[in-house]
Amino acid sequence: MASPSKDMLLDWYRQMVLIREFEETCHRLYEEKRITGVYMHLYSGHEASGIGSMAALRPSDHVITAYRDHGIALILGMDPGAVMAEMMGKKTGSSGGKGGSMHLASAEHNFWGGYAIVGGHLPLAAGIALEARYRGSDDVTMTYVGDGATNNGYFHESLNMSSIWDLPVVWIIENNGYGMGTEVNRASGQIELHRKAEAYGIKSFGRVNAQDALEVYAVATQAVDYARKHGPAVVEHVTYRYRGHGVSDKQYDSREDMSAELREWMDCREPIKILRDQILKKHTGVKAVLAAHEEDAKRIVKGAVEFAEASELPTTYQELFQNTYVHSKMVHKTDMSVGAGID
Amino acid sequence: MAGRNVAMREAIRRALQEEMRRDENVFVMGEEVAYWQGTHRVTRGFLEEFGERRVRDTPISEMAIGGVAVGAAMAGLRPVAEFMTINFAFLALDAIANHAGKVRYFFDGMFKVPLVYRAASGWGNQATASHSHSPEPIFAHFPGVYVGCPSNSMDAYGMLKTSIRDDNPVLFTESIALYPKPGPMPDDEDTDYLIPIGKGDIKREGSDVTLVAYARGVDWALQAARQLAREGVEAEVVDLRWLRPLDMDLVYSSFKKTNRCVIVEESLPMYSFGSEIAALLQEHMFDYMDAPIKRVAAEDVPLPYSKEIELLALPDAQKVADAVKEIV
Ligand SMILES: Cc1ncc(C[n+]2csc(CCOP(=O)(O)OP(=O)(O)O)c2C)c(N)n1
Ligand SMILES: [Mg+2]
Repeated sequence: MASPSKDMLLDWYRQMVLIREFEETCHRLYEEKRITGVYMHLYSGHEASGIGSMAALRPSDHVITAYRDHGIALILGMDPGAVMAEMMGKKTGSSGGKGGSMHLASAEHNFWGGYAIVGGHLPLAAGIALEARYRGSDDVTMTYVGDGATNNGYFHESLNMSSIWDLPVVWIIENNGYGMGTEVNRASGQIELHRKAEAYGIKSFGRVNAQDALEVYAVATQAVDYARKHGPAVVEHVTYRYRGHGVSDKQYDSREDMSAELREWMDCREPIKILRDQILKKHTGVKAVLAAHEEDAKRIVKGAVEFAEASELPTTYQELFQNTYVHSKMVHKTDMSVGAGID
Repeated sequence: MAGRNVAMREAIRRALQEEMRRDENVFVMGEEVAYWQGTHRVTRGFLEEFGERRVRDTPISEMAIGGVAVGAAMAGLRPVAEFMTINFAFLALDAIANHAGKVRYFFDGMFKVPLVYRAASGWGNQATASHSHSPEPIFAHFPGVYVGCPSNSMDAYGMLKTSIRDDNPVLFTESIALYPKPGPMPDDEDTDYLIPIGKGDIKREGSDVTLVAYARGVDWALQAARQLAREGVEAEVVDLRWLRPLDMDLVYSSFKKTNRCVIVEESLPMYSFGSEIAALLQEHMFDYMDAPIKRVAAEDVPLPYSKEIELLALPDAQKVADAVKEIV
């Protein structure tokens, strides 16, 4: 089993507290209407799933996910200021304010983006992996997919194709127990979700307690290694969403059973606490480092908010139409000419 | 019980509830329709009243939602299948266009398909490009499926009842922006308030220009008409209500009076509602035409997240009034 170094563990801790601070800040800003819109899905509670698995990648590998993408973006090293500015639809946002919370991406980090149609990114993942296979590279495409999405046709078609073409994809099923308000067992005939992939001949690395970054990492290194050498692999991460489906999900306020379940996860399987205990058990003299990371997270996120709030909104037709096509040098309002900016 | 105002969401809920009470074969299926009480709260209380047999949560499986409804309808049930939003109905387009709309035809009348697809539709609130469609015309493109798009509570109530009782497949869209909008309900609620499929409605009379619209476009047209009236221009507002079949006789009779027309829609401008109405008008009403026909639609661009440029892209009452002023 791969054993992460002390530096690695401390860095995971840095990432974890940064994500938590970022997400909880987003939640507060949304409540205060400083972030507007209707969709924002937070990664609080999921942190170890992304951190432990992406730690098994190298920089040339690829990552793609759905709309619950803030944490993934931060783990990959995207600038928190640009990510926060994207939440606010600012010009300085990572997608220029066009995409918002659900559409973060960074070409520079091989992060192919967050996608808002359930399952829609899965064939894209297979396509990205096809490029690697096609050119003879052994870069893998790490693909995050929700439990709910495994019931969608996109999932089945994409997994099957990845199998017959031996595509280097690591399918990470983030099973957080629910797709919106539907429990896994009410939506899926097979509740061990990794077995769905197995049915297509994909190598399964089973189920992992994804609140434990070390456990996630240990399995991810095997899955990534397998995908590099042979073809698609699947891992099922069992995790939990702390902030409900999205920011407008108020179930936890109104349902006692749901809030009790949430408390149980937070009290007994809190990923930050688990990692902290593991670090302190193994290494001495690191308390100050952990505290510094906690302080840094607050400072960085505060700075990100200031940067985002000071940035400008796009306001012009030019900005509205830009990048509809590759060659959109012209802007046409439709009352002048129907057809957006084709030269 | 006459004249009470209820939100359009509640009008739709009541129509559906009454039809389920009336006919045991009517059932609902869709994502989050049961335990979550409906994403838009249209099926609130349904699970408690009708139970799991008739109120069926589905997985996130739009292709199957679209097709299961067809099979169940062919076999004799009357499904009301909900797409959480119309954006996700794209995944079911094949089931809708090729099967709901065509099995009766390609088996030469052997089967009927009495189903309703309900879908929340519309743009705005920074929902971002893939969740910001108002694609009613895409679905209305295909013969075999009717398309109903109400603009207020009373119409929604009467149109949904008719759709459920009709033996043809109907795609019924509900503008998200109109869900909370209060409006009067029919006096004879609980009985048979039915709005015939394909019947449009004059929402405001006027003699200077005809505004043709549906769903949320009707709101913008009415607002613009009020503004124009202050400036001495009387606009007639025709709410087509159904995109298929189209009540063109109603449009023609209005146009014969006004000789001018602006078409208003929430959707994209190319290959659109506006294109269709304008084409039919010039073909059949050429002798009555005193000015170019104008179209007000969304800009021809995917919808961005950022709020100011999102608003730039969307039609509104001011854009309608401006278009009218160009031709009167
Ligand atoms: C095709 C499609 N159908 C429905 C939706 C609405 N929707 C968005 S997220 C979601 C739940 C997805 O659950 P899951 O895959 O478990 O991911 P999680 O949100 O738990 O991370 C649903 C139903 C959508 N965006 N796309
Ligand atoms: Mg889930």
